[in-house]
Amino acid sequence: MAVICLCGGLGAACRFVLDTAVRRRWSTRMPWGTILVNVSGSLLIGALAAAYAGDALGARPYLVAGVGFCGGYTTFSTAMVETVRLAQDGDFRRAVVNVVGTTAVTCAAAASAYAAVTGLT
Amino acid sequence: MWSGRRVRRRLRLVAVVAAGGAVGTLARALLAEALPHVEGQLPYATLIANVSGAFLLGLLLERLLRAGAETPGRRLVRLGLGTGVLGGFTTFSGLGLEVTLLARADAGATALAYALGSVVLGLAACLAGVAIGARRGRSA
Repeated sequence: MAVICLCGGLGAACRFVLDTAVRRRWSTRMPWGTILVNVSGSLLIGALAAAYAGDALGARPYLVAGVGFCGGYTTFSTAMVETVRLAQDGDFRRAVVNVVGTTAVTCAAAASAYAAVTGLT
Repeated sequence: MWSGRRVRRRLRLVAVVAAGGAVGTLARALLAEALPHVEGQLPYATLIANVSGAFLLGLLLERLLRAGAETPGRRLVRLGLGTGVLGGFTTFSGLGLEVTLLARADAGATALAYALGSVVLGLAACLAGVAIGARRGRSA
């Protein structure tokens, strides 16, 4: 449990550093930093879960990397707040694109990484 | 170039986010242990974490916004509690994986209901948090 928490902290730190870097480089209204974090984290967890299901990865490393790192790295609450902020600014189009797009693409990322790794193992 | 002091200050902020993220991950893992996932059913632990986290982050950020300009102390609270604890408590990868596993277990309707329900409840909870934060912020 302690290692899972430490990796969750590491994931959160990676999210913060990446999001800050994206914001500095591209200051757009769409929260690309959070989108990038959530999609990449979902690709990773899909691959890890398939490796675990295919016995290529043990339960402990799977929990540490999946529940710990990926869980701490990706964030649902920030995506919701950013959507609400876009809507509050009257930018309903971006709000809808952000929430629907993030949900659809993260699920598709997890599913395709899962399918790809299942095909390998 | 970044001076040594700026690098140290930045590293301290990263450490605050990491510490908060570890606490949020602990809470999420404990919740998952208390509410183990039953195959083919809605993953309640993640749903509860995501919806309550969205409410709390909306509340926290609105309160901080209404409190005035960001001071170093408020920044620590925003990054430690918001980006760290609540960011680490909630998870989009967990949601994506659970939707994938439900869909692969031929529970496509449950997968769709779970994804849509998470987003609708998450947005509603976040809006409620922002509204409460705005009201309490005015009276303070």
